[in-house]
Formats: sequence, C-alpha cells, structure tokens
Amino acid sequence: MTANISANISADALSGGFAVPPVAAAHAFREVLEAMARPGTIRRVAGAQPPAPLSVAAGVALLTLADGTTPLHLAGAADCPAVRGWIAFHIGAPLVAAGEAVFAIGTWAALQPVARFRIGQPDYPDRSATLIVEVDRLANDGPVLTGPGVEVTARLSLPETAAFRTNRARFPLGFDTIFTCGDRLAGLPRSTRVEAG
Amino acid sequence: MTKAAFEGRRGWMSLLAKAPPARLAALLPDLPAHEMLRSPETGAVMVQGRVGGTGAPFHLGEMTVTRCSLRLGCGAVGHAWVQGRDKAHARRAAAADALMQTDRAEEMQARVLDVLAAEATAARGARATRAAATRVEFFTMVRGEDQ
Amino acid sequence: MYVAVKGGERAIDNAHAWLAEERRGDPSVPELSVAQIREQMKLAVNRVMAEGSLYDPDLAALAIKQARGDLIEAVFLIRAYRTTLPRLASSRPVDTAAMAVDRRISATFKDLPGGQVLGPTFDYTHRLLDFTLMAEGEPPAAAALPLVAAVSPQRDGGDCDPASRVPHVTGFLNRDGLIEDAAPEDSPPPDLTREPLELPAGRPLRLQAITRGDEGFILSLAYSTQRGYGRTHAFVGELRIGHVGVEVEIPELGFAVEIGDVELTECETVNQFKGSKTEPAQFTRGYGLVFGQSERKSIAMSLVDRSLRWRELGEDDTGAPAQDEEFVLYHCDNIQATGFLEHIKLPHYVDFQSELELVRKLRAEARAMKEAAE
Repeated sequence: MTANISANISADALSGGFAVPPVAAAHAFREVLEAMARPGTIRRVAGAQPPAPLSVAAGVALLTLADGTTPLHLAGAADCPAVRGWIAFHIGAPLVAAGEAVFAIGTWAALQPVARFRIGQPDYPDRSATLIVEVDRLANDGPVLTGPGVEVTARLSLPETAAFRTNRARFPLGFDTIFTCGDRLAGLPRSTRVEAG
Repeated sequence: MTKAAFEGRRGWMSLLAKAPPARLAALLPDLPAHEMLRSPETGAVMVQGRVGGTGAPFHLGEMTVTRCSLRLGCGAVGHAWVQGRDKAHARRAAAADALMQTDRAEEMQARVLDVLAAEATAARGARATRAAATRVEFFTMVRGEDQ
Repeated sequence: MYVAVKGGERAIDNAHAWLAEERRGDPSVPELSVAQIREQMKLAVNRVMAEGSLYDPDLAALAIKQARGDLIEAVFLIRAYRTTLPRLASSRPVDTAAMAVDRRISATFKDLPGGQVLGPTFDYTHRLLDFTLMAEGEPPAAAALPLVAAVSPQRDGGDCDPASRVPHVTGFLNRDGLIEDAAPEDSPPPDLTREPLELPAGRPLRLQAITRGDEGFILSLAYSTQRGYGRTHAFVGELRIGHVGVEVEIPELGFAVEIGDVELTECETVNQFKGSKTEPAQFTRGYGLVFGQSERKSIAMSLVDRSLRWRELGEDDTGAPAQDEEFVLYHCDNIQATGFLEHIKLPHYVDFQSELELVRKLRAEARAMKEAAE
C-alpha cells in the first residue's frame, strides 16, 4: 500500500455523488425496479455526475445498487483512474476480475465474453452478476421481448440476441442486464425471451 | 505525500476520531467555511478478530461509525471516520483534518491535537494504574521436599 | 397459515399506551436515563451489544430501557436497528496482544510474564447482598499504583512501557511445540449476516455464530462438555479483558486509521489432547472473543469452540450436543429462537380450524365403525 493512493483520487472524484443520498437512491431504486420489472420500458434517472466515460444512468445505477460489499468489475474504458477514484469515494465497492463480480460495467464489446460472469448456482441462483451495459443508442425498436413483465411483446434495441437467448436457456440461472444511455436506462432480466426483430 | 506526512495524517485522524466529541467541540468551537462532499453518514463497520488471537480472521460483530468529507474554501479536503453516531463529531473531525493541511496546521497542532493527545495519555494511564493495583503478588511457600 | 384479522387496531393502540405507562413505572420514582443504564448496568449493556452484534453502548442502553429490561427483547431491537445501517467497511483484525488490559488471569501459569491482574471482578466477593447499595452515597475510590508497576512483560527490566504488548500465555507453550499453533492467515472470512449459514462451517463462521449466540445456551452447552458430554479437559490458559483499537482502511485515502476502540473479553483454553493417528500428543486450544466485559460468555465460547473441533483433530464423535455443529449453530441465536417460539401465540385460527375438523372427522369415523361393529 503506497501513501500516494489518495493523490490518485482527483478532486473531481469527490463530487458527482447524490446530493441527498437516501432520497435520491430511493427514487433511483424505484426507476431501476420498474425497468427490471417491465422489460422494454425505458426510464429516466438523475442525480449522479460520474466521470467519463460513465453515463449519468450508469452512475445512478451504481450509486443505488452497489456498495462496499458488492464486488465490481470495470470493463474496457470504464477501467480508468477517474472512475476508480469516483467509485472508491462514493461506493467503496471492491474492484475485481469478471468471474468474481456481482456488478460489471462497460460497453457490450468490452464485457465480452459474457460467459465469464457468474450465473449463480442451482440452490442460490441469486449469486449471479448484473451487467450494466453502456450503449450509444437505447430505443424501443429491434429485437422482440416476451416473458414476465411484458404484457404482449416489447421491443428494445439490444446489441445482439444470441447471448441473451443462451442466457434465457439457463433460467433460473443467468445474469441480469441493465442498459444505460445518457440519463436513460432499461432492464433485461434473465427471465426475458428475446427474438431477433 | 512523504512517509512522515502520511504517518502524521494517520495519527491526527485517529486522535480526532477517538477524542471525546464534547472535548473536541470545546477546543475547536468554530469551523471554517466549507462545502460538503459527503454529508455525515452513519453506518456500520464489521469488526474482525482472529482465531486464537493470531490465526484466521473471523467476524466479531459490527460497530457504529459516522463518516464525513468536506472541502474548505482554499481547496483542502478533509475526511473523518469516527466511532459512534455523532454527526457533529464527524464533521468537526473532517474540518480539523482539512485544517491540518493548510497553513493553520501548526496552530491546530498546538491548540487542539497536542491537548487531545495529552488527555488521552492521561486517561489511559489512570486506567492502567487501577489495573496495576489489582495485580497479584504471589508468595511461594517453602515446602519441605524442596530443602 | 396466518390470516389477517381486522378489528384489533384500537386494542393494539391502547395496549401500546399501557405498555409505555408500565415501562415508566411509578412516576413518583425518578426516571432512568439512558446514560445511567449505560454506566450502571454496564454488563447488561455488554450482553446486548454482544448478542445484538453491534457495539454501541448508548444504543444498547436505550434498547434496555425500551425493552423494560428484557435483554432478549433489547437484543431484538438492536438487531433490527443494525439492518438499517449501511456496511461502510470491515476492520483490520483486532490485535488482542496490544490490548490495554483491565484484567488478565491464567489458571495454568501462576507467574506469567506481565503478572496476574484481577481487574474489577466479582470473583472474590462473598455474594452477600450489600445493603449499603440501597442507601445513597459514593463508593470508595479505587486504589491506583504508579505506572512503573503496571502490566508489562518485563517487570524488572527497567523501561516498562505501559502501552507495550502483553503477549499471550499460549505463546509460551508454543515455543516448546507443546501446543498447536494458530498460524496467521488472511483468507477473507465468511459472514453469516450476509450469506445463509452453510454446513459444514469452518471455524471462523462457527466463532461468529457463537460470539453473537445466546449466553445461556452457550453456557449450558459448555457446562455439558465439562460434565462429560463431549469432554475436552479445558483449563483457562488466559482470560483478558480490556480495550483494543479498531483500525479501518479508509477507501478514499488508501491507508488504515484507528478510528475507535472496543472493549473485548478474550479467553483461550488449553485442552488436553492425547494425540491421534495424525497428530502427536500436545495441548490444543479453544477460543472465545466477545464484545464487552463478558467473561462467562467468552469462557463458555472457548469450550464450545474446542468441542466442535473434534473432526479436525481426529477425535471421536460421542454424539454429544456440543459436538454437533448443526445443533449448536442452528440453535444458538436467541432472536431466531424467540421469533419462532413466540410466533405460535399469534393467530393461527385457520390452521387450528382444520385440525379441529380433522379430529372431529376421525372421532365420527371411529364412532361409526364402533356402531357398525355392534
């Protein structure tokens, strides 16, 4: 442990958290819950100003869901000193390799191969990872979603369908996914069936 | 940060955390203007012990802890983690930590930290003298077969 | 199955109001303050902190006041409160050899380096009611000895630093290889407050369960081993009570700071061990570490810890309760126990109705068969 770690946390890392954490986290949790419960709906969130390249929505999701007891994997460009410092101060989540992560964040390309992430065990399916996937575009078009929380069908601009079909086939095991784009997010739980649109 | 400066900060942060809150408030009644980076927040720290005192760690139970981070007008950032649920204590300790990184450090050292350190040593000493008074002085009786 | 029963709301409100009045007792008697409970009912506070698994004397005292002195109810309040706290960090393992000791005794070595320090103990009191405590007045001041004579490893060695480390008694036996080692290791321990208890449990998980377990239950189990149900021939190698610093790594700074201290009671037993197929004859150890001045609990904990180690040490399973990990770990938590026990007093009208109908049906069938036979 060097004495210089604190110097690595830049002044920017200390700002950009929730102003009133209990209230902001409660609002954000409700949005994430709605997004997960109704796959295909896109929700708007606010309150976090994380350092680049993280989006506002990714920052909100992390501040709301992660803490010092949830190992986090930073994939690709998300693994930079600014993000590490921000997470150390505001969240305190231990940063780990993909296979140990409870949460992972990055672009879909950076998260590949997703087979690295935990999918739980038959007696504890909850011991699995939630992937926070940063996308350039998030809209209700493209692949067709059906399953729990979807009344008839929904559409969501997923980066691909094969990986989510494989994931669904292992139900009740599997990872869950939150897509983030700017200040908007959408959920894709492991229970959702995905067809190319 | 040099090694000495790092050890110094560890030391004063600990002294501020362990100071009786009322005493710290008496020694440092007025806080400089500051911006909150993390408002005082109470949570728990899991305390670990070791099997047999030296072996594998295990979880003993939690204790309450309050933390706070703030920034002074000059840019100095202060952090505090203090045992218990006293939010004013955490805020004051964070402000003192920040002041120790400014040109007021010398004054803080003399007016606050040295006083707290002396009082902590005296309190520890008072308890140790009571313990010492209950130490058993054994007299081994001379037994016949030893002669 | 439970059914929601409406109509009790006013009765419940009135019951709570009466509870508050009964809690206060006779208003002509001065009300207890939380600070008075914290300072003068300290061992009750310690027990609530240990079994509530949260070190905060003010909160434990408040819980005792609110629970009208029912310590298990107070533990329940603390357990409920602690679930609302975000977990900010885990501490570095506390260093009990650096404890500022108030009490330190050994039943195995009379002349242990550093000396036997009795501390504020009940041990040599006569257990006669002290009627002077019913009268007003200040107690006599405790005696104090100058610090040069205080606990320190080198009594006659000149420079006696009272803050110096107080080595463990088992360390002296360890030098000759007469006692098993507790080698340092740093694998992250499991946490039963975060993950469901899974068996077989390692020793760190067992110790976490026992240190927050019910004192009465652990005491009885330990006593049962002494009476022969899984005998382990324990001596108290060392018992120490005092304060240790708690060091926490500060994530935003990247170094650890001692942010406070906790009072702990630590007990190490030295147990006879005749050797097994794989191990030579040597002494083995049982370990107890409990929040606060909790002497009975920590001795009992170290006996039960040692008893549960039969498999690892190649001893026989005699079928004693204190050797049965599942029995001990699943039943030592008094909040789980009291929750399940007390819930049977809550409405079970539908369950009971079905039982009632079953009994009536069986009786009717039996009567019909009897009549048919006649």
